[in-house]
Parts: sequence; C-alpha cells; structure tokens
Amino acid sequence: MNRRALALGVLLLGVMLLLPAFANSYVLSVATLILFLAYTGQAWNVMMGFAGQLSLGHSLYVGVGAYAAAGLFFHFGIGPWAGIWLSIALCVAFGAAIGFLAFRFGISGVYFALLTIAFAEFTRIGFDHLDWTGGPGGLFIKVAQRDQIDLANFRGPPAMYYYAMLVLTAGALALCAALLRSRAGYYWQAIRENEEAAQALGINTFRWKMLAVLLSSAMTAVSGVFFAFYYNNLFPEQIFNISRSIEIILGPIIGGVGTLFGPILGAAVLTILADAITEVLAALGWEIPGIKQVFYGVVLLVVIMFLPHGIWPTLARRLGIGK
Amino acid sequence: MPIDLVANVVIAGVLTGLVYGLMALGLSVIFGVVRVVNFAHGEMMTIAMYATVALFAAFRLDPFVAVVPVAAAFFVFGYALQAGIINPFITRPEHAQFMLVLAIAIIMVNGLLMAFGPDARNVQVDYQLESFALGPVLVDKARLYAAGTALAVSAALFAFFKFARIGKAIRACADNYLGARVVGLDVKRYYAFTFGLGSACVAVAGCMMILLVDVSPALGPAYTLLAFVIVIVGGLGSMGGALLGGVLIGVSEALAGLFITPSAKSMFSFGLLILVLLFRPQGLLGRKP
Repeated sequence: MNRRALALGVLLLGVMLLLPAFANSYVLSVATLILFLAYTGQAWNVMMGFAGQLSLGHSLYVGVGAYAAAGLFFHFGIGPWAGIWLSIALCVAFGAAIGFLAFRFGISGVYFALLTIAFAEFTRIGFDHLDWTGGPGGLFIKVAQRDQIDLANFRGPPAMYYYAMLVLTAGALALCAALLRSRAGYYWQAIRENEEAAQALGINTFRWKMLAVLLSSAMTAVSGVFFAFYYNNLFPEQIFNISRSIEIILGPIIGGVGTLFGPILGAAVLTILADAITEVLAALGWEIPGIKQVFYGVVLLVVIMFLPHGIWPTLARRLGIGK
Repeated sequence: MPIDLVANVVIAGVLTGLVYGLMALGLSVIFGVVRVVNFAHGEMMTIAMYATVALFAAFRLDPFVAVVPVAAAFFVFGYALQAGIINPFITRPEHAQFMLVLAIAIIMVNGLLMAFGPDARNVQVDYQLESFALGPVLVDKARLYAAGTALAVSAALFAFFKFARIGKAIRACADNYLGARVVGLDVKRYYAFTFGLGSACVAVAGCMMILLVDVSPALGPAYTLLAFVIVIVGGLGSMGGALLGGVLIGVSEALAGLFITPSAKSMFSFGLLILVLLFRPQGLLGRKP
C-alpha cells in the first residue's frame, strides 16, 4: 500500500459518500446493487481467495440469512437488528455443518464445490416445502415508506440502503485487509498454496479452514438480511438458485481472486456491463429474450481467456500501486 | 399402494435412468480423461433435444434416425470446443476452468432462448402412446427403445475404450499425462477426441430424452446438476458407475414422485449425493483417488 493507492482510495470513498447527493434513483439503485455484490463477493473471497476452498453454494447463506430475519419480522414484528443474530447463527451453523463434514471426511477440490451446491439445492427444495416462510409462493414484508427513516426496522429511502451497503463494503474491505496481514491470513494462504506442506509445518489445517468457512458464512448472512429488507420479497426459487451463487462469485473472479479490491472492481464492472448491454440493445431495438445474456457470456468468456488473474492485478500494475 | 403400480413406476424409473446414465457417462468420460468438469453438460443435452425437435419439425425425421447426424455434429462440436477453447485451460486452477465452461453454458442457454423462445417443445410419434404388456406391467415402447439405445451406445463406448487403439491411447493419457507424452502421444488431440466422444454421448441421450419429456431452455442447468449427482454417486470417472448412478437416480426420482410429491424428487437425489460424498466420496464404483 503506497501513497498513490491511498490517494485513489480516499478519492473513491469521497465520490461514493457524495453519490446520493447528485445521483438519480436509477444510478443509486445500480450503485447499491454493485455494493451488495461487492460485499458478498468479498465474503466469498475469504473462503476461496484466501483459504482456497471453492464454494459454489453461497446462495445458501444469502437465502438462510434473508429468510431468518424476514421470517422473524413477518411473523413476530422483530426488527432486523435482533433478527440478524439469528441469521448469523443459522448461517454459521450451516457453514459449520458443511465445513465439518467436508474437512473431516477429506473432501476437497471439485468434490467440495459440488457438496456446497448440493447443500444449497437441498435447502432450496426444503424451503419450497416450508409453510412458515410461505413455501414456493414467497415471503413478502411490508414495503418501506420511502419518505421517512425508521432505523429500528431498517425501513427508509433508497439512500439509507445505499449508505448501509457502503458501510458494510468498506467494513468488509478493512476486515479483509487486516485478516490478510494476521496470523490467520498467512495460514490461509499457506493452505491455499499447498495444504500438505502447511500441515507438515504444523498448521492445524482443519481449524483454519473451518474459521474461513464460518467467517465467510457469517458475513454472507448479513448480506442476506440486507437483501430481505431491501427487496422485501423472497422466493426459494430465486434466492437459493445456483445462478445466484454464480452471480456472487463472478465479481471476485473477474476482479481477481484473492485480491482485496478485486471483488469490488469485479462487481462494478459486471453490473455496469450488464446494464450497458441492456441499454445498447434497447437503443438498437434488439429486444429478443436471451440476447443480453449471450453478450454477457461472450464478454465473460473473453475476460476469462485473456485476463486469467482478473482485472485488478493488471490494472493495479498499470496504476503503479502494487496489490 | 398396489404392487403393480409400484412395479410400473420402478421399471419406468430404470429405463429413464439408463438414458440419464448415458448423459452422465459423457460427463464422466470427459472428467476422467481431461480432468475438466463440464459445467455446460446439461446445456449441451438441451441443445441436442432442440436439434431433434428441429429436425423432426423440418423433415419429420424420427428421433431414432436424427440421433446419427446429431451425434456426429456434437462430436465435431465437442472436439472443436476442447481443441480451441478448453485445452489452453487444462493447467489453470479449477475455478478458472469452471468460469470458462460456465460462460459457454450461459451462451448456450440463452442462445436457445433466442432461437426457440421460453416455451416447452416436444416431438410426437405414434409409438410414444403404445406399450408392451407383461402381465400387469405396462412398458412404454418409446421408453424401452430409448433405454435400449442408451445401453447399446454405452456398450459400444466400453468396447471402444477396451479394444480400439485410440481408446487405449486415451486411457493412457488419463492414467499418466507425462508418460503418455513421453511415448509420443499427442495428448491434447486425444483430449479433444475425448471431449468429442463425451459430447456425442450426451447428444444421443438428448435425442432419446426428447421422446420422454418436453424441453425448454431452463432445463439445461437442471440437467447439469442431475448429471453431477449421478456421476458423483456412481463414481466420477467410472463408466459403469455412471450407468449405475443413472439407474439409481431414475428409480429414486420415480419413487419419490409416487410416494411423496413430484416437486420433492430432486431433494432425494441431492440427499443421496450428500450421503455418498460423506461416506464414500469416490462414489459407489469409483476407485480411491
């Protein structure tokens, strides 16, 4: 971290802080979505980017976190500040179950990834048959009054959600930066690069991999709570879908797996790209269903083929700010 | 619950399961040799199904005839995909390979959506409504023919890997990458050939499956997951395991649909997957890694 990096960071933070003052509601909603994906991607990155454990089922934690807090609010009127603890507790329990089973039974690599998918799908179908949360018909919470702020129940104007997400994203970035320089961070990277060598050096790989999973699931639970209170509706088919897991991990992978700023950059690039494609196609009058995603897929393919380590490492070198 | 109803459902499950097995066999062969998990497998399956629908609509081509050109086209497509796009990625980390194949899958699903729209399509031939009666048990003709074809193609593939020179060479590449190169095998070309073979398997499975279910673009990711479940249960890289896994999943889906509710059927498959991963991670017929 050098001076130039610090200056750019402060500049970016300043722009982000002032954004609601001059952005219209469309820009603000796009910015909120970017921050949501950046934060969730950062949480995923703790597990994959730092500790090398590929999860393809992070929608599980978003979904469970969202449903737990929304369910408490819907049925008992308990606000998200209390509900978030249930969300975190449940997600940590899920993470602990998956991590314990996988690491105790020596499941790694592709098999671990498929296990995470299996748990997410299993839970999705379970929620489809759970009446307490409305089953496949969905769970709806009362839409917020857009002109007054009710912090206790986390209801308010779009700018409030934007700032909440900004605080979360900045907090996650700071946490991850601190983690990477901590004992845990070095142990994780050792495990990621060569687990057997790490074990030979006396690192308790089981314990540190578990820590990565638990931390990642707890962080993702928070984004689930945000999702529930921002969008106000939850459907198992959508929130637990594997395509949501993929949406979460695209940002960090495009931005740069294991880097601190990669998840944020990747989320911004992909969200803006998707919106730009929509706008351009609409302007051209090419509104065939599916065409947008085809372009998106092609761009994704090109980025993966030509920037194997993601955009951020290359960009950081150009800007001369190291990692 | 009358016993002949259960027998009917189980037999239908076994027959559908054989077609599932052939689909999964394609995935298993590709993983066993190239070590790349084909996350676009179900999408390729739906493309084959749509190709059969299109050939039927245009030329009234029976799916059992259409299977020949579709499989041939898929072989060429799979070969080109591996040779052109995936080969440079075989030394990259798993998540990079995953993203690459995923991008291809996104293009495939939405390409189908553009070409055919979101509505379900099917083919209608007379023998779909006919059945053989074995005492109280009725066996659908179309299902029986489809399962027979799947079994025949699987047997041909087994024989190919066992006896043909190319098949043996491919097994050598899978066993020992470096050793295969040392004795002068063009490993990347065999990888492409293998991907072509796996694609041809899924093409045949797709041509058969369209006789049993309607196809829509959204089916692609579901088939990808199904194929994963089958090969993990049977043993990733094991050819017999893929068929066994297909039959097990076919029967468990059919029974879950009968006894519980059709919408819960894949919960059983995923439950089975979790159990197998925990207690026999190499799969039922897989070798210890």
